[in-house]
Amino acid sequence: MTDRVPMLRGDSVYRIHWVLGTDRLLGVCHCGAEHESDDPVELWDWLLAHPERHPAGA
Amino acid sequence: MTTTATFARNQWYVAAYSREVGRELLGRTILGEPIVFYRTESGAAVALADRCVHRRYPLSESRLDGDTIVCGYHGFTYDRSGSCVFVPGQSRVPRTARVPSYPVVEQDSFVWVWIGDRDEADPALIPRAPWLADPAYTTVSGMEPLAARYSLLVDNLMDLSHETYLHGGYIGTPEVANTPITTEVDEENEVIYVSRHMADAECPSFYARSTGIEGRITRWQDIEYHPPCLYLLHSRIAPVGVLPNDDGTDPDAFHVEVVYAITPETEHSTHDFWAVARDFALDDEEVSAFLAESNRTVVLQDVTALNILERVIEGERDGYQELSINIDTGGLAARRFLKRMIERGERGAAARPVAVRS
Repeated sequence: MTDRVPMLRGDSVYRIHWVLGTDRLLGVCHCGAEHESDDPVELWDWLLAHPERHPAGA
Repeated sequence: MTTTATFARNQWYVAAYSREVGRELLGRTILGEPIVFYRTESGAAVALADRCVHRRYPLSESRLDGDTIVCGYHGFTYDRSGSCVFVPGQSRVPRTARVPSYPVVEQDSFVWVWIGDRDEADPALIPRAPWLADPAYTTVSGMEPLAARYSLLVDNLMDLSHETYLHGGYIGTPEVANTPITTEVDEENEVIYVSRHMADAECPSFYARSTGIEGRITRWQDIEYHPPCLYLLHSRIAPVGVLPNDDGTDPDAFHVEVVYAITPETEHSTHDFWAVARDFALDDEEVSAFLAESNRTVVLQDVTALNILERVIEGERDGYQELSINIDTGGLAARRFLKRMIERGERGAAARPVAVRS
């Protein structure tokens, strides 16, 4: 598979990967912080809260 | 889905194919604004407000005299800038006798029109679909009227898992709905990219008959949406296991660039421009006819469904609940960008968005 190959470059790209074989989504902020969720709405809320509310070491 | 019944102004929109604009007057409503298009004798595309200043008669129902439009009601005559150069029965042309003109750019077989503040119309902001005018590709295209708000078409195109259910037998196979996607969102440039790479998939008739591939395929669907108007679907079809070379060349695959231009007509109707460009069977008219007919059929399946959905939504109370799941990740990003663009257009802000990075 070719998942996790970045297509968009730039300093402000969010990525959300549908984790293979699961129903879960892995969100990756442009700062590198990651968050997993099974709800895209909740995941977007988490990503867009950057940078104020990213949990440290997430 | 919100019920926001408004559009993003201060944006470029596809108004027509270049081939539609000629020496006949073409009337088309874009974002609720009636516009008349024509081509000057030297070949330049012109867009003017489609209402005579005198008694509001549509200029598109009038006639061309050289590069001027002569109103079909009382003969008010406008030049290509929209200035009135003649009124009937008197020598003085009132100072306020002019119709607004719109910035237009012809690019990639489209006529793009700027809806918003003229001073902010920067042609460099128009996203590209170069395949449509590239001799290395053969393109079929069309436009279908959609009796539904444009945001429903955006939702539709951002989630291709619906192909399995709405377009089964044409472009839908079980793998489309069952293959995970990766969504990338560039906040600064306002681009959304949704990749679905199927390593081993059934070949739908759309591609089996056009490419001649028999058996299962590697099928890549890469959506690249430049809101509000331009949607690109980079489609790669190859026999199972055939991948691009390390240097990026990809001689053993078939490439189809599916392009949609999503242009609001009114708050409840949309111009659904579609084009299919391919890099194989370039001179095969049978393939062209097949792809044109098949894609139009697929578009009309969407039109039928979205027209139904529009009627349902118009009959609903505000604030109804929706449920979003994994397949909607890209569509949610598109909605957020469109909302932001609508708000920016309402503010009349000139600035491009500021990246969210602090």
